[in-house]
Amino acid sequence: MSAIIIALVQVVLFVFLAPLLMGVIRQVRATIEGRAGAGIWQPWRDLRKLLAKNPVRGTDSSWMLRVGPVALVVSSLLLCVLLPLVGTIPFALIPSDLFVIVSIMLIGVVALALVGLDGGTAFGGMGSSRHMTVAALVEPTLLLSVYAFSIPAGTSTLSVIVETRLLSPELIISPVSVLALVALSIAIMAETARLPIDNPGTHLEVTMLHEAMTLEASGRDLAWLEVGSWLKLAALLGLVSNLIVPWGIVTDFSTLGLLIGVVSIAVKVLVLGVLLSVGEIFLAKVRLFQVPELLAGSFALAFLAVTASYLVA
Amino acid sequence: MTGIGAGLLLQLGLGALAVVTALLAAPSLRSRAGGILCTLIAVTGFITGLAAMLGATGGLLIPVALPMDPLLLAPDRLGGLFMLIVSGVGILVSIYSMSSTSGPDASRTAWVAMPVFLVGMQLVPAATDSVSFLLAWEIMTLGSTVLLLADHASRASVASAGIWYSAMSQLSFFFILAGFAVLAAASGGTSFSNLQAIEPGSAAANVAFVLLLLGFGGKAELVPLHVWVPRVLPEAPSHVSAAMSGAMVKIGVYGGLLVCVRLLPDGPAWWGIAIMLVGGASALYGILQASVSSDLKVLLAYSTTENMGLVFLGLGASMLLRGYDATAAADAALVAALLLAVSHAAFKSTLFLGAGAIIHATGERNLDRLGGLGARMPVTAVAFGIASLGAAAIPITSGFVAEWMLLQSLIHGGRQGGAVVSIAASVAMPIAVAVIALTAGLALLTFVKAYGIAFLARPRSVEAADAREVPSLMRISLALGALSVLALGLLPGPIAALVATTVSSDPTAAVQTVGLGGVSLPGIGAVLDPIMLVVLSALVAIPVIVAIIVSARRHPHRTVDLPWGGGGSRARPRMQYTATSYAEPLVRVFDDVLKPSRDVQVTHVAESRYLVEHVRVEQTVSDVIETRLYRPVLNLFQRYGKAARHVANGSIHRYLTYSFVALLIVLIVVSL
Repeated sequence: MSAIIIALVQVVLFVFLAPLLMGVIRQVRATIEGRAGAGIWQPWRDLRKLLAKNPVRGTDSSWMLRVGPVALVVSSLLLCVLLPLVGTIPFALIPSDLFVIVSIMLIGVVALALVGLDGGTAFGGMGSSRHMTVAALVEPTLLLSVYAFSIPAGTSTLSVIVETRLLSPELIISPVSVLALVALSIAIMAETARLPIDNPGTHLEVTMLHEAMTLEASGRDLAWLEVGSWLKLAALLGLVSNLIVPWGIVTDFSTLGLLIGVVSIAVKVLVLGVLLSVGEIFLAKVRLFQVPELLAGSFALAFLAVTASYLVA
Repeated sequence: MTGIGAGLLLQLGLGALAVVTALLAAPSLRSRAGGILCTLIAVTGFITGLAAMLGATGGLLIPVALPMDPLLLAPDRLGGLFMLIVSGVGILVSIYSMSSTSGPDASRTAWVAMPVFLVGMQLVPAATDSVSFLLAWEIMTLGSTVLLLADHASRASVASAGIWYSAMSQLSFFFILAGFAVLAAASGGTSFSNLQAIEPGSAAANVAFVLLLLGFGGKAELVPLHVWVPRVLPEAPSHVSAAMSGAMVKIGVYGGLLVCVRLLPDGPAWWGIAIMLVGGASALYGILQASVSSDLKVLLAYSTTENMGLVFLGLGASMLLRGYDATAAADAALVAALLLAVSHAAFKSTLFLGAGAIIHATGERNLDRLGGLGARMPVTAVAFGIASLGAAAIPITSGFVAEWMLLQSLIHGGRQGGAVVSIAASVAMPIAVAVIALTAGLALLTFVKAYGIAFLARPRSVEAADAREVPSLMRISLALGALSVLALGLLPGPIAALVATTVSSDPTAAVQTVGLGGVSLPGIGAVLDPIMLVVLSALVAIPVIVAIIVSARRHPHRTVDLPWGGGGSRARPRMQYTATSYAEPLVRVFDDVLKPSRDVQVTHVAESRYLVEHVRVEQTVSDVIETRLYRPVLNLFQRYGKAARHVANGSIHRYLTYSFVALLIVLIVVSL
């Protein structure tokens, strides 16, 4: 029962939080760059506008243009349900197994790539191709950092991993954990199309990844694509923040605990969002064909983390 | 006679009937009659295999007068599982071939070969001694070779594929024969129960292990013996490719399991490491080649190498872990390998049949000339899509469950009860996880490309634009294949528990069923319940769908010719991304491994060097292993053959002299 309540709270909270997070990230960037910015509520206004428009679809586009965005949103919502964000009380039959979570995330990746191809233009195909190449190269880093996190806890179930870190905080600053965390963060930056892998604020064909795939979508199709991507970013930032600072998360169910959990995760995600935004100011997008080098570096870190945790322990 | 024996005998009888029917039936009835009889053979095999897997004993004794162990066909549980896989694919293929075959594919020879191939494949896992094993193996190879050559008269590439296939099959057979011979010489018998008595650490066992691994690895398409795959599977008629890739390759896997699990269990650690290396290399090499291929059937063929690599990776990991007494993880890895084999049979045969449907409708297998087939061939599109999800290991399909279980067993294999198992395992496991991860990532790209380019967007050629859905029997077969991919993915618990009984001494300790068909690995504490996952997704999808319905009622969509056109008003279908361009970034990233050759020809307008009239780009990615490893050997043989021509110049006098000299030498040797 408590697992269901926590899952419900997580979904509702993140549906509210994700557009806000985007607003904060954009506003912080605008302020630092000396622009006025559109305010932190602009993503909400964008959504309202997109949902109230008549979507335009091509005669040659298939059901994928309609179903793909929904699949992306559902996969992102599932991330919000399964990840230990507000609390670590998992469902008995669907524990927050990291391998399952990565695969659920991949459903969204595939849906987005297919939507990109469905438009039938060169831009969509280009974005889709680059997006899948990056996704394929990120996969080893992602799974190896999962592996590294799973070793001290003895399981790949995320809620147990977070609880283990809560009980023995020295794990968090152990070199193995730091290596794995850096690797995971780079992988997440690539998965969520942030700098330095993709520039979310650009519409320049030589650099586009994510934007190129959404070019042919409009109206609510575009709205779902945007919401899905925002939710994914928010949920993954929530995961990273709980791995770094697990305190505040609900381990034993109580109303007060739940309240603390909600407030703490919201603060953690927003703070991390601000840090991300500030960090991105100082980063330029790397060339597309240097992305593999970056990912190879992160893979090396993850691999080091796994072998070190075997050989040191 | 027991039920199993009766089943096997019925299969042989039906096979003979099918051969006779193919010889006698009128051409118009041949495909229908042959297809029905082949379906019956496969159904009989399915029931027999299921009974054997559930533990029924008994078999068929073939009396021989030769002084050796009796020829006995009596499948054990593992054999039953593989009979089940092979005949399951057989059912799909037989139903499909009833309406897909025409012209040379439906010739008398082809329909004689089909039942021979099917029966041969089902007898291999039933064999309990090396002689009947080898006999059935050769029947299988013979049937498949004839089927492959169906269209050799009109296409030269088929004949070349036939030569490659025969040569590689015979090479495999030679290694297997030599391996069994070594074992038989050491043990003094030919039946598997005699061969089992050999000490795994002995020299004979080591030699036999290497020989048998080479032989079975060749059949299972492992690197570097995979060179026949990209030629044979694309050139064979599609239903034959499906049977070869879905079923025959599994017989190679069965051979590997027979050696590593039944005949020579508990071998030295290097066996496990060797199999992991071969498997990992095959997985990576296969998927890399698949991901950059623009020919749909070549792509599927290379992806078979990848999947079989993963199966062997799991097998090797389980052998390595068993050596260190990490039983729970070892059992899970072995069950994962078997589940991969089962799910591969389901999704890859569906994919090949889907490719066949595309060829049937368009005559094209080059992805660069396809597109927009989703609207024109909806059933094929859905079936191919589901099977692609399986191949890309996306949740609720069978491929996902198997890969998840393999990953779980690997990450728990490195340590047991908090202590590190061994240095070898703690280095091998992370590398294996990384290999699986990169393979999974590239498989994702490969199948997004295959599905997206073929079925989505706008048609890239007239043939694709004129495509029509295939006839009903082909659709039924495709739908059955897609359903099996989903069923295996939604109910992994019962299936994994059943599969575990074939290889594990304590199956309930290895795998259990939880919830609604979910699977749990009690030894390593992992749970997965796909049906609950579906329920959960449905629950979170409800608000989204309600919002869409409300929004669609207020703001209906508009359909226009080309909504945004990427900002251009004249975006023609030819300007779309093709399969080749889709894989271009990957070709650049893996430039050193793939060694692509690219040729760009720019033709300028006559008036000005600054204006381009047209540009022609040609890119070929060849198989590096073939050009570097096989070509030199083949060239050597060629030179030897040319040199030997002088010795045998056709003169009868010279040949008579040779025989005379040979006779003299024999006489001299005898008299010594």
